[in-house]
Amino acid sequence: MASSSSYNSPCAACKFLRRKCMPGCIFAPYFPPEEPQKFANVHKIFGASNVTKLLNELLPHQREDAVNSLAYEAEARVRDPVYGCVGAISFLQRQVHRLQKELEAANADLIRYACNEVPTSLPAPPGASSIQSMVPRQRPVEYNRRMGNEGGYYQVPGMPMPYNLPWNDNPSGDTNGGGGGNM
Amino acid sequence: MISGRCAACKYLRRRCPSDCIFSSYFPSSNPQRFACVHRIHGACNVAKMLQQLPAAHLRAEAANSLYYEAQCRTQDPVYGCVGIISSLHQQIHSVESQLAKTKAEIAVLESLALEPAQIQENGVEASFYNFSPEQDKAAGHFNHSTNISYHFM
Repeated sequence: MASSSSYNSPCAACKFLRRKCMPGCIFAPYFPPEEPQKFANVHKIFGASNVTKLLNELLPHQREDAVNSLAYEAEARVRDPVYGCVGAISFLQRQVHRLQKELEAANADLIRYACNEVPTSLPAPPGASSIQSMVPRQRPVEYNRRMGNEGGYYQVPGMPMPYNLPWNDNPSGDTNGGGGGNM
Repeated sequence: MISGRCAACKYLRRRCPSDCIFSSYFPSSNPQRFACVHRIHGACNVAKMLQQLPAAHLRAEAANSLYYEAQCRTQDPVYGCVGIISSLHQQIHSVESQLAKTKAEIAVLESLALEPAQIQENGVEASFYNFSPEQDKAAGHFNHSTNISYHFM
């Protein structure tokens, strides 16, 4: 991204803050004057000084992604003042859960077909009974290992339990001020 | 009253008024909650966001989601919650692929389960297992040819 401050055109942040856009302005590479709403949202939700602190703590090559993710979160919060992008997380978690249930059912069907695939008119191959007894155990274990979780919701290592909104199927969401979701 | 201050007012070192916007959602029993939100969003922004909501239960939900976002951002300063959204999309894609593959396998097994019944109806299977002497000779001749082909191999 070109630095707008080098062309005497203040960046969107400095325009918004009504200040001179100095060379080396930390916002200039990421908030071009053509996108005023981007900084307006970020400022409304995070504040200019917090964004400055955040960016200063990051390496230069990380800042663009950080600004874009902040802008995404800010826009989501402007659109949904109650849940912000946490609403999207909850929706996607439910979708993952639904798909995993569907996959479990499909795997169960596959096992049933695999167990019944040897026709009764032909002799079973040697060791078929041992194979058939292994198959029902193999797929669920393999599936869980692949998925990396045992429940239906995405779990971030070190993060609190998945976020449960009050209108989830799981009624364990906490709606009082003492905590969020299953935290 | 100093002893009745909420976590926000304690953190901000100010008096906690009776109508404090933070007190219901940032109790003094959990100081880390407000500290985390304050670090990412700032007290003024949080107060404005809570005040614009008309009902207490909406404010409670907003405080909870702000805390969750702040925690995500603290753990991942570059991507925050967006990192989780991206991972969930990848997970969905992965599970959908596996589901499609499993359904395809089921379809194959379903079609294989139908085939023996169809062969028996046509009588092909019966003739396959009942060789006539002429067929045996043809089979032997064929085997001889096969042996020659193997010899060259």
